[in-house]
Amino acid sequence: MTEVINFMNSKKDIIYFDNAATSWPKPSQVLEAITKFMNEIGANPGRSGYQLSIEAARIIYEARESLAKLFNFNDPSRIIFTLNATESINLALKGLLKPNDHVITSSMEHNSVMRPLRQLEKHGIELSIIPCSSEGYLDPDDLKRRIKPNTKMIILNHASNVIGTILPIREVGQIAKKHNIIFLVDAAQTAGAYSIDVNRDSIDLLAFTGHKSLYGPQGTGGLVIGPRIKEDEMIPLKQGGTGSRSEFEEQPDFLPDRFESGTPNTVGIAGLLAGVRFVIEKGVDKIRQHEVKLTQKLIYGLKDFQKIHIYGSENIEERTSTISFNIEGLSPSNVAFRLEKEFGILSRAGLQCAPSAHRTIGTFPDGTVRFSLSYFNNEDQIEKAIEAIRHLIEK
Amino acid sequence: MSKGVILFSSIHYVLHAEKLIKAKGFFFDLIPVPRHLSSDCGICLLFDWEQKEQLIDLLEKAGLKIEGVYLLDNREK
Repeated sequence: MTEVINFMNSKKDIIYFDNAATSWPKPSQVLEAITKFMNEIGANPGRSGYQLSIEAARIIYEARESLAKLFNFNDPSRIIFTLNATESINLALKGLLKPNDHVITSSMEHNSVMRPLRQLEKHGIELSIIPCSSEGYLDPDDLKRRIKPNTKMIILNHASNVIGTILPIREVGQIAKKHNIIFLVDAAQTAGAYSIDVNRDSIDLLAFTGHKSLYGPQGTGGLVIGPRIKEDEMIPLKQGGTGSRSEFEEQPDFLPDRFESGTPNTVGIAGLLAGVRFVIEKGVDKIRQHEVKLTQKLIYGLKDFQKIHIYGSENIEERTSTISFNIEGLSPSNVAFRLEKEFGILSRAGLQCAPSAHRTIGTFPDGTVRFSLSYFNNEDQIEKAIEAIRHLIEK
Repeated sequence: MSKGVILFSSIHYVLHAEKLIKAKGFFFDLIPVPRHLSSDCGICLLFDWEQKEQLIDLLEKAGLKIEGVYLLDNREK
Protein backbone atom coordinates (compact mmCIF):
# COMPACT_ATOMS: atom_id res chain seq x y z
CA MET A 1 0.00 0.00 0.00
CA THR A 2 2.82 2.43 0.90
CA GLU A 3 4.37 1.67 -2.46
CA VAL A 4 1.16 2.59 -4.24
CA ILE A 5 0.93 5.89 -2.33
CA ASN A 6 4.57 6.73 -3.07
CA PHE A 7 3.98 5.93 -6.70
CA MET A 8 0.91 8.19 -6.82
CA ASN A 9 2.79 11.03 -5.12
CA SER A 10 5.66 10.77 -7.57
CA LYS A 11 3.14 11.20 -10.41
CA LYS A 12 2.44 14.75 -9.27
CA ASP A 13 5.70 15.89 -10.84
CA ILE A 14 5.00 14.28 -14.17
CA ILE A 15 4.01 16.45 -17.11
CA TYR A 16 2.03 14.23 -19.44
CA PHE A 17 2.22 15.48 -23.03
CA ASP A 18 1.29 12.28 -24.90
CA ASN A 19 -2.45 12.72 -25.17
CA ALA A 20 -2.45 11.99 -28.91
CA ALA A 21 -1.40 8.45 -27.97
CA THR A 22 -3.92 8.20 -25.13
CA SER A 23 -5.25 10.86 -22.81
CA TRP A 24 -4.21 10.88 -19.17
CA PRO A 25 -5.36 11.61 -16.56
CA LYS A 26 -9.04 10.81 -17.05
CA PRO A 27 -11.91 12.74 -15.41
CA SER A 28 -12.76 11.27 -11.98
CA GLN A 29 -16.27 10.46 -13.28
CA VAL A 30 -14.71 7.95 -15.69
CA LEU A 31 -12.93 6.10 -12.90
CA GLU A 32 -16.10 6.14 -10.79
CA ALA A 33 -18.20 4.72 -13.64
CA ILE A 34 -15.70 1.90 -14.20
CA THR A 35 -15.60 1.03 -10.50
CA LYS A 36 -19.36 1.24 -10.20
CA PHE A 37 -19.81 -1.16 -13.12
CA MET A 38 -17.36 -3.67 -11.65
CA ASN A 39 -18.76 -3.39 -8.12
CA GLU A 40 -22.48 -3.12 -8.73
CA ILE A 41 -23.38 -4.38 -12.21
CA GLY A 42 -20.81 -6.66 -13.78
CA ALA A 43 -23.23 -8.73 -15.88
CA ASN A 44 -23.13 -9.57 -19.58
CA PRO A 45 -25.21 -6.90 -21.40
CA GLY A 46 -28.58 -8.04 -22.67
CA ARG A 47 -27.66 -11.71 -22.84
CA SER A 48 -29.84 -12.69 -19.92
CA GLY A 49 -33.22 -11.59 -18.66
CA TYR A 50 -32.31 -10.43 -15.16
CA GLN A 51 -32.04 -6.81 -14.08
CA LEU A 52 -28.26 -6.54 -13.89
CA SER A 53 -27.92 -7.81 -17.44
CA ILE A 54 -30.46 -5.23 -18.59
CA GLU A 55 -28.63 -2.58 -16.58
CA ALA A 56 -25.37 -3.45 -18.37
CA ALA A 57 -27.16 -3.21 -21.74
CA ARG A 58 -28.58 0.15 -20.67
CA ILE A 59 -25.06 1.53 -20.19
CA ILE A 60 -24.21 0.60 -23.77
CA TYR A 61 -27.50 2.03 -25.00
CA GLU A 62 -26.83 5.33 -23.19
CA ALA A 63 -23.28 5.44 -24.57
CA ARG A 64 -24.61 5.14 -28.13
CA GLU A 65 -27.13 7.92 -27.43
CA SER A 66 -24.50 10.25 -25.96
CA LEU A 67 -22.14 9.71 -28.89
CA ALA A 68 -25.00 10.32 -31.33
CA LYS A 69 -25.68 13.61 -29.57
CA LEU A 70 -22.01 14.60 -29.68
CA PHE A 71 -21.70 13.92 -33.42
CA ASN A 72 -25.20 15.24 -34.25
CA PHE A 73 -26.26 11.85 -35.58
CA ASN A 74 -29.91 10.84 -35.37
CA ASP A 75 -29.75 7.03 -35.19
CA PRO A 76 -27.78 5.62 -32.22
CA SER A 77 -28.40 2.03 -33.41
CA ARG A 78 -25.97 2.80 -36.25
CA ILE A 79 -23.07 3.46 -33.88
CA ILE A 80 -20.98 0.31 -33.54
CA PHE A 81 -18.56 -0.26 -30.67
CA THR A 82 -15.09 -1.55 -31.45
CA LEU A 83 -11.77 -1.80 -29.62
CA ASN A 84 -10.32 1.35 -31.18
CA ALA A 85 -10.29 3.53 -34.30
CA THR A 86 -8.02 1.00 -36.03
CA GLU A 87 -10.63 -1.73 -35.76
CA SER A 88 -13.33 0.69 -36.95
CA ILE A 89 -11.28 1.62 -40.01
CA ASN A 90 -10.55 -2.05 -40.76
CA LEU A 91 -14.26 -2.86 -40.48
CA ALA A 92 -15.21 -0.06 -42.88
CA LEU A 93 -12.50 -0.78 -45.45
CA LYS A 94 -12.62 -4.56 -45.45
CA GLY A 95 -16.39 -4.63 -45.12
CA LEU A 96 -17.08 -2.42 -48.13
CA LEU A 97 -14.22 -2.50 -50.63
CA LYS A 98 -14.04 -5.05 -53.42
CA PRO A 99 -11.39 -5.77 -56.08
CA ASN A 100 -11.20 -3.04 -58.75
CA ASP A 101 -12.68 -0.41 -56.42
CA HIS A 102 -10.65 2.80 -56.44
CA VAL A 103 -9.85 4.54 -53.16
CA ILE A 104 -8.44 8.02 -52.52
CA THR A 105 -6.57 8.96 -49.36
CA SER A 106 -3.94 11.49 -48.25
CA SER A 107 -0.21 11.20 -47.63
CA MET A 108 -0.82 12.33 -44.02
CA GLU A 109 -2.57 9.15 -42.90
CA HIS A 110 -1.66 7.05 -39.89
CA ASN A 111 -0.80 3.38 -40.39
CA SER A 112 -4.30 2.54 -39.11
CA VAL A 113 -5.42 3.63 -42.60
CA MET A 114 -2.27 2.93 -44.64
CA ARG A 115 -1.69 -0.66 -43.57
CA PRO A 116 -5.18 -2.02 -44.25
CA LEU A 117 -5.17 -0.15 -47.58
CA ARG A 118 -1.78 -1.61 -48.54
CA GLN A 119 -3.13 -5.04 -47.62
CA LEU A 120 -6.25 -4.49 -49.75
CA GLU A 121 -4.08 -3.27 -52.61
CA LYS A 122 -2.66 -6.81 -52.81
CA HIS A 123 -6.22 -8.01 -53.33
CA GLY A 124 -6.99 -5.73 -56.26
CA ILE A 125 -8.01 -2.42 -54.67
CA GLU A 126 -6.70 0.56 -56.62
CA LEU A 127 -5.17 3.24 -54.40
CA SER A 128 -4.44 6.96 -54.99
CA ILE A 129 -2.55 8.85 -52.30
CA ILE A 130 -2.76 12.64 -52.55
CA PRO A 131 0.53 14.29 -51.63
CA CYS A 132 -0.06 16.96 -48.98
CA SER A 133 2.11 20.05 -48.48
CA SER A 134 5.00 20.02 -46.00
CA GLU A 135 2.61 21.66 -43.50
CA GLY A 136 0.20 18.79 -44.02
CA TYR A 137 -2.39 20.62 -46.14
CA LEU A 138 -4.54 18.88 -48.69
CA ASP A 139 -5.75 20.62 -51.82
CA PRO A 140 -9.40 19.64 -52.48
CA ASP A 141 -8.96 20.42 -56.20
CA ASP A 142 -6.15 17.88 -56.36
CA LEU A 143 -8.51 15.35 -54.80
CA LYS A 144 -11.25 16.22 -57.29
CA ARG A 145 -8.92 15.58 -60.22
CA ARG A 146 -8.21 12.05 -58.99
CA ILE A 147 -11.83 10.92 -58.94
CA LYS A 148 -12.51 8.12 -61.44
CA PRO A 149 -15.66 6.21 -62.44
CA ASN A 150 -14.67 3.35 -60.09
CA THR A 151 -13.82 5.58 -57.09
CA LYS A 152 -15.71 3.96 -54.24
CA MET A 153 -14.32 5.67 -51.17
CA ILE A 154 -12.40 8.70 -49.89
CA ILE A 155 -10.60 8.26 -46.57
CA LEU A 156 -9.13 11.16 -44.64
CA ASN A 157 -7.88 11.79 -41.15
CA HIS A 158 -9.63 14.75 -39.58
CA ALA A 159 -6.34 15.90 -38.07
CA SER A 160 -2.80 14.63 -38.31
CA ASN A 161 -1.49 12.64 -35.35
CA VAL A 162 2.01 13.97 -36.15
CA ILE A 163 1.63 17.74 -36.63
CA GLY A 164 -2.03 18.38 -35.80
CA THR A 165 -2.97 19.88 -39.19
CA ILE A 166 -6.74 19.79 -39.67
CA LEU A 167 -7.93 18.62 -43.08
CA PRO A 168 -10.87 20.29 -44.89
CA ILE A 169 -13.34 17.46 -44.27
CA ARG A 170 -16.45 19.56 -44.87
CA GLU A 171 -15.29 20.56 -48.33
CA VAL A 172 -14.19 17.02 -49.19
CA GLY A 173 -17.47 15.64 -47.79
CA GLN A 174 -19.38 17.79 -50.25
CA ILE A 175 -17.22 16.58 -53.13
CA ALA A 176 -17.76 12.94 -52.08
CA LYS A 177 -21.51 13.43 -51.78
CA LYS A 178 -21.74 15.09 -55.17
CA HIS A 179 -19.89 12.19 -56.83
CA ASN A 180 -21.73 9.53 -54.79
CA ILE A 181 -18.49 8.35 -53.17
CA ILE A 182 -18.38 6.96 -49.62
CA PHE A 183 -16.58 9.35 -47.26
CA LEU A 184 -14.75 7.79 -44.30
CA VAL A 185 -13.24 10.10 -41.69
CA ASP A 186 -10.64 8.97 -39.15
CA ALA A 187 -11.45 11.15 -36.15
CA ALA A 188 -8.97 9.52 -33.75
CA GLN A 189 -7.30 12.88 -33.10
CA THR A 190 -10.38 15.10 -32.97
CA ALA A 191 -13.50 13.40 -31.57
CA GLY A 192 -14.23 15.30 -28.37
CA ALA A 193 -11.65 18.04 -28.90
CA TYR A 194 -12.99 19.55 -32.11
CA SER A 195 -16.54 19.92 -33.36
CA ILE A 196 -17.74 17.07 -35.62
CA ASP A 197 -21.16 17.04 -37.22
CA VAL A 198 -21.72 14.04 -39.47
CA ASN A 199 -24.58 15.78 -41.30
CA ARG A 200 -22.92 19.14 -41.84
CA ASP A 201 -19.63 17.47 -42.83
CA SER A 202 -21.35 14.86 -45.10
CA ILE A 203 -19.56 11.98 -43.35
CA ASP A 204 -20.73 8.47 -44.26
CA LEU A 205 -18.44 6.62 -41.88
CA LEU A 206 -16.85 8.16 -38.79
CA ALA A 207 -14.17 6.09 -37.05
CA PHE A 208 -13.46 7.31 -33.53
CA THR A 209 -11.45 6.19 -30.55
CA GLY A 210 -12.73 6.33 -26.98
CA HIS A 211 -9.48 6.75 -25.10
CA LYS A 212 -8.13 10.04 -26.43
CA SER A 213 -10.23 13.23 -26.43
CA LEU A 214 -13.36 11.37 -25.33
CA TYR A 215 -11.50 10.48 -22.10
CA GLY A 216 -12.66 6.87 -21.92
CA PRO A 217 -10.36 3.94 -21.14
CA GLN A 218 -8.21 2.12 -23.70
CA GLY A 219 -10.00 -0.63 -25.59
CA THR A 220 -12.97 1.56 -26.56
CA GLY A 221 -13.81 3.03 -29.95
CA GLY A 222 -16.48 2.92 -32.58
CA LEU A 223 -17.80 3.47 -36.04
CA VAL A 224 -20.73 5.71 -36.98
CA ILE A 225 -22.47 4.23 -40.03
CA GLY A 226 -24.40 6.87 -41.95
CA PRO A 227 -27.67 6.30 -43.79
CA ARG A 228 -26.01 6.10 -47.23
CA ILE A 229 -24.25 2.87 -46.19
CA LYS A 230 -26.41 -0.22 -46.63
CA GLU A 231 -25.57 -2.48 -43.71
CA ASP A 232 -26.33 -5.67 -45.63
CA GLU A 233 -23.65 -4.68 -48.15
CA MET A 234 -21.02 -4.28 -45.43
CA ILE A 235 -19.38 -7.54 -44.36
CA PRO A 236 -18.71 -7.88 -40.61
CA LEU A 237 -15.07 -8.41 -39.57
CA LYS A 238 -16.25 -11.12 -37.20
CA GLN A 239 -19.28 -13.27 -36.67
CA GLY A 240 -20.53 -14.78 -33.44
CA GLY A 241 -22.90 -14.52 -30.54
CA THR A 242 -24.94 -11.34 -30.24
CA GLY A 243 -27.60 -12.32 -27.71
CA SER A 244 -30.17 -12.04 -30.51
CA ARG A 245 -31.63 -14.55 -33.00
CA SER A 246 -29.99 -17.32 -31.02
CA GLU A 247 -31.90 -20.04 -32.87
CA PHE A 248 -30.12 -19.16 -36.14
CA GLU A 249 -26.57 -19.97 -37.13
CA GLU A 250 -26.43 -17.04 -39.56
CA GLN A 251 -25.16 -13.61 -38.49
CA PRO A 252 -28.05 -11.13 -37.92
CA ASP A 253 -28.49 -8.44 -40.58
CA PHE A 254 -29.75 -5.65 -38.31
CA LEU A 255 -27.78 -2.98 -36.46
CA PRO A 256 -26.01 -2.74 -34.14
CA ASP A 257 -25.87 -6.54 -33.65
CA ARG A 258 -24.57 -7.30 -37.15
CA PHE A 259 -21.17 -5.80 -36.32
CA GLU A 260 -20.95 -6.51 -32.58
CA SER A 261 -20.29 -10.19 -32.00
CA GLY A 262 -18.98 -11.50 -28.72
CA THR A 263 -19.16 -10.00 -25.24
CA PRO A 264 -18.32 -6.30 -25.55
CA ASN A 265 -15.97 -4.25 -23.37
CA THR A 266 -18.89 -3.14 -21.19
CA VAL A 267 -16.70 -1.89 -18.35
CA GLY A 268 -14.74 0.19 -20.86
CA ILE A 269 -17.91 1.50 -22.46
CA ALA A 270 -19.18 2.48 -18.99
CA GLY A 271 -16.03 4.60 -18.65
CA LEU A 272 -16.44 5.94 -22.18
CA LEU A 273 -20.03 6.98 -21.45
CA ALA A 274 -18.79 8.99 -18.46
CA GLY A 275 -16.06 10.50 -20.65
CA VAL A 276 -18.49 11.52 -23.39
CA ARG A 277 -20.83 13.02 -20.79
CA PHE A 278 -17.87 14.95 -19.37
CA VAL A 279 -17.07 16.32 -22.86
CA ILE A 280 -20.72 17.26 -23.53
CA GLU A 281 -21.05 18.91 -20.11
CA LYS A 282 -17.84 20.94 -20.48
CA GLY A 283 -18.60 21.67 -24.12
CA VAL A 284 -16.36 20.82 -27.08
CA ASP A 285 -15.89 24.55 -27.73
CA LYS A 286 -14.68 25.22 -24.20
CA ILE A 287 -12.29 22.26 -24.33
CA ARG A 288 -11.01 23.48 -27.69
CA GLN A 289 -10.53 27.04 -26.34
CA HIS A 290 -8.42 25.75 -23.45
CA GLU A 291 -6.28 23.62 -25.76
CA VAL A 292 -5.90 26.50 -28.24
CA LYS A 293 -4.67 28.79 -25.47
CA LEU A 294 -2.07 26.24 -24.33
CA THR A 295 -0.98 25.38 -27.88
CA GLN A 296 -0.52 29.05 -28.73
CA LYS A 297 1.52 29.62 -25.59
CA LEU A 298 3.71 26.63 -26.36
CA ILE A 299 4.32 27.58 -30.00
CA TYR A 300 5.06 31.24 -29.14
CA GLY A 301 7.40 30.11 -26.40
CA LEU A 302 9.37 27.78 -28.64
CA LYS A 303 9.39 29.34 -32.08
CA ASP A 304 12.02 32.02 -31.45
CA PHE A 305 14.54 29.61 -29.98
CA GLN A 306 17.54 29.07 -32.19
CA LYS A 307 18.09 25.56 -33.47
CA ILE A 308 14.43 24.56 -33.14
CA HIS A 309 12.16 23.62 -35.97
CA ILE A 310 8.40 23.36 -35.37
CA TYR A 311 6.41 21.51 -38.02
CA GLY A 312 2.92 22.24 -39.27
CA SER A 313 0.98 25.47 -39.30
CA GLU A 314 1.48 28.41 -36.96
CA ASN A 315 -2.17 29.28 -37.56
CA ILE A 316 -3.97 27.96 -34.52
CA GLU A 317 -7.29 27.65 -36.38
CA GLU A 318 -5.79 25.03 -38.66
CA ARG A 319 -4.32 22.72 -36.07
CA THR A 320 -5.03 20.66 -32.98
CA SER A 321 -3.01 20.69 -29.77
CA THR A 322 -0.44 18.28 -31.21
CA ILE A 323 2.95 19.90 -31.83
CA SER A 324 5.93 18.22 -33.50
CA PHE A 325 9.43 19.70 -33.38
CA ASN A 326 13.11 18.94 -33.68
CA ILE A 327 16.20 20.46 -32.12
CA GLU A 328 19.17 20.78 -34.43
CA GLY A 329 21.99 18.41 -33.49
CA LEU A 330 19.87 16.28 -31.15
CA SER A 331 17.98 13.14 -32.14
CA PRO A 332 14.25 13.07 -31.32
CA SER A 333 14.69 10.01 -29.13
CA ASN A 334 17.48 11.66 -27.18
CA VAL A 335 15.38 14.80 -26.65
CA ALA A 336 12.41 12.74 -25.44
CA PHE A 337 14.64 10.68 -23.16
CA ARG A 338 16.21 13.75 -21.57
CA LEU A 339 12.85 15.48 -21.22
CA GLU A 340 11.66 12.59 -19.11
CA LYS A 341 14.87 12.00 -17.15
CA GLU A 342 15.65 15.61 -16.33
CA PHE A 343 12.22 17.25 -16.33
CA GLY A 344 9.56 14.55 -15.98
CA ILE A 345 8.00 15.53 -19.32
CA LEU A 346 6.46 12.61 -21.20
CA SER A 347 6.46 13.05 -24.97
CA ARG A 348 6.64 10.77 -27.97
CA ALA A 349 9.65 10.59 -30.27
CA GLY A 350 9.99 8.98 -33.67
CA LEU A 351 7.50 8.29 -36.42
CA GLN A 352 4.29 8.04 -34.33
CA CYS A 353 3.02 5.18 -36.55
CA ALA A 354 2.75 7.52 -39.54
CA PRO A 355 5.74 7.03 -41.90
CA SER A 356 3.91 8.56 -44.86
CA ALA A 357 3.15 11.73 -42.88
CA HIS A 358 6.83 12.04 -41.93
CA ARG A 359 7.87 11.63 -45.57
CA THR A 360 5.41 14.42 -46.39
CA ILE A 361 6.83 16.85 -43.84
CA GLY A 362 10.43 15.80 -44.56
CA THR A 363 11.29 14.11 -41.26
CA PHE A 364 11.54 10.46 -42.35
CA PRO A 365 13.15 8.27 -40.97
CA ASP A 366 14.23 10.05 -37.77
CA GLY A 367 10.85 11.53 -37.00
CA THR A 368 10.11 14.29 -34.49
CA VAL A 369 9.47 14.95 -30.83
CA ARG A 370 5.74 15.26 -30.31
CA PHE A 371 3.94 17.12 -27.53
CA SER A 372 0.19 16.54 -27.46
CA LEU A 373 -1.98 18.36 -24.95
CA SER A 374 -5.35 17.74 -23.37
CA TYR A 375 -7.94 19.60 -21.33
CA PHE A 376 -6.04 18.51 -18.21
CA ASN A 377 -2.80 20.28 -19.06
CA ASN A 378 -2.21 23.80 -17.74
CA GLU A 379 -0.15 26.95 -18.38
CA ASP A 380 2.32 26.15 -15.64
CA GLN A 381 3.23 22.88 -17.39
CA ILE A 382 3.66 24.73 -20.69
CA GLU A 383 6.04 27.21 -19.05
CA LYS A 384 8.06 24.37 -17.52
CA ALA A 385 8.26 22.63 -20.89
CA ILE A 386 9.48 25.81 -22.62
CA GLU A 387 12.19 26.21 -19.97
CA ALA A 388 13.17 22.55 -20.35
CA ILE A 389 13.63 22.95 -24.12
CA ARG A 390 15.62 26.13 -23.57
CA HIS A 391 17.90 24.17 -21.25
CA LEU A 392 18.34 21.35 -23.81
CA ILE A 393 19.23 23.86 -26.55
CA GLU A 394 21.65 25.87 -24.43
CA LYS A 395 23.44 23.06 -22.61
CA MET B 1 -56.06 -7.47 -16.64
CA SER B 2 -54.61 -9.08 -19.78
CA LYS B 3 -50.94 -8.59 -20.51
CA GLY B 4 -49.03 -8.75 -23.75
CA VAL B 5 -45.43 -8.63 -24.88
CA ILE B 6 -43.69 -6.75 -27.68
CA LEU B 7 -40.62 -8.35 -29.22
CA PHE B 8 -37.72 -6.56 -30.88
CA SER B 9 -34.73 -7.84 -32.80
CA SER B 10 -32.10 -6.22 -30.59
CA ILE B 11 -31.82 -5.20 -26.93
CA HIS B 12 -30.98 -1.74 -28.31
CA TYR B 13 -34.56 -1.37 -29.55
CA VAL B 14 -36.03 -2.78 -26.32
CA LEU B 15 -34.22 -0.06 -24.39
CA HIS B 16 -35.22 2.61 -26.88
CA ALA B 17 -38.85 1.49 -26.49
CA GLU B 18 -38.50 1.49 -22.72
CA LYS B 19 -37.30 5.08 -22.78
CA LEU B 20 -40.23 6.24 -24.92
CA ILE B 21 -42.83 4.38 -22.85
CA LYS B 22 -41.38 5.53 -19.55
CA ALA B 23 -41.57 9.14 -20.70
CA LYS B 24 -45.30 8.69 -21.45
CA GLY B 25 -46.00 7.06 -18.09
CA PHE B 26 -47.50 3.78 -19.40
CA PHE B 27 -47.21 0.57 -17.38
CA PHE B 28 -44.42 -1.68 -18.66
CA ASP B 29 -41.77 -4.12 -17.55
CA LEU B 30 -38.82 -5.81 -19.19
CA ILE B 31 -39.03 -9.60 -18.97
CA PRO B 32 -37.29 -12.58 -20.54
CA VAL B 33 -38.94 -13.57 -23.83
CA PRO B 34 -41.39 -16.46 -23.21
CA ARG B 35 -39.67 -19.52 -24.56
CA HIS B 36 -42.41 -20.55 -27.01
CA LEU B 37 -42.41 -17.18 -28.80
CA SER B 38 -38.84 -16.64 -29.94
CA SER B 39 -35.28 -16.30 -28.72
CA ASP B 40 -35.03 -12.79 -30.16
CA CYS B 41 -32.61 -10.86 -27.98
CA GLY B 42 -33.79 -12.58 -24.79
CA ILE B 43 -35.68 -9.61 -23.37
CA CYS B 44 -39.05 -8.19 -24.32
CA LEU B 45 -41.46 -5.54 -23.20
CA LEU B 46 -44.44 -6.52 -21.04
CA PHE B 47 -47.46 -4.20 -21.25
CA ASP B 48 -51.19 -3.90 -20.48
CA TRP B 49 -53.03 -5.37 -23.45
CA GLU B 50 -55.65 -2.66 -23.41
CA GLN B 51 -52.95 -0.06 -24.19
CA LYS B 52 -51.75 -2.01 -27.20
CA GLU B 53 -52.84 0.44 -29.91
CA GLN B 54 -51.42 3.50 -28.15
CA LEU B 55 -48.09 1.79 -27.50
CA ILE B 56 -47.65 0.49 -31.00
CA ASP B 57 -48.51 3.89 -32.40
CA LEU B 58 -45.91 5.53 -30.12
CA LEU B 59 -43.18 3.06 -31.07
CA GLU B 60 -43.87 3.10 -34.77
CA LYS B 61 -43.92 6.90 -34.87
CA ALA B 62 -40.41 6.81 -33.38
CA GLY B 63 -39.32 4.53 -36.22
CA LEU B 64 -38.91 1.41 -34.08
CA LYS B 65 -39.22 -1.88 -35.88
CA ILE B 66 -41.43 -4.31 -33.94
CA GLU B 67 -40.79 -8.03 -34.43
CA GLY B 68 -44.01 -9.25 -32.89
CA VAL B 69 -46.87 -8.47 -30.45
CA TYR B 70 -48.37 -11.34 -28.45
CA LEU B 71 -51.15 -11.70 -25.92
CA LEU B 72 -50.02 -13.75 -22.94
CA ASP B 73 -52.44 -16.24 -21.46
CA ASN B 74 -52.92 -16.17 -17.68
CA ARG B 75 -50.48 -18.98 -16.91
CA GLU B 76 -47.56 -17.06 -18.42
CA LYS B 77 -47.76 -13.83 -16.46
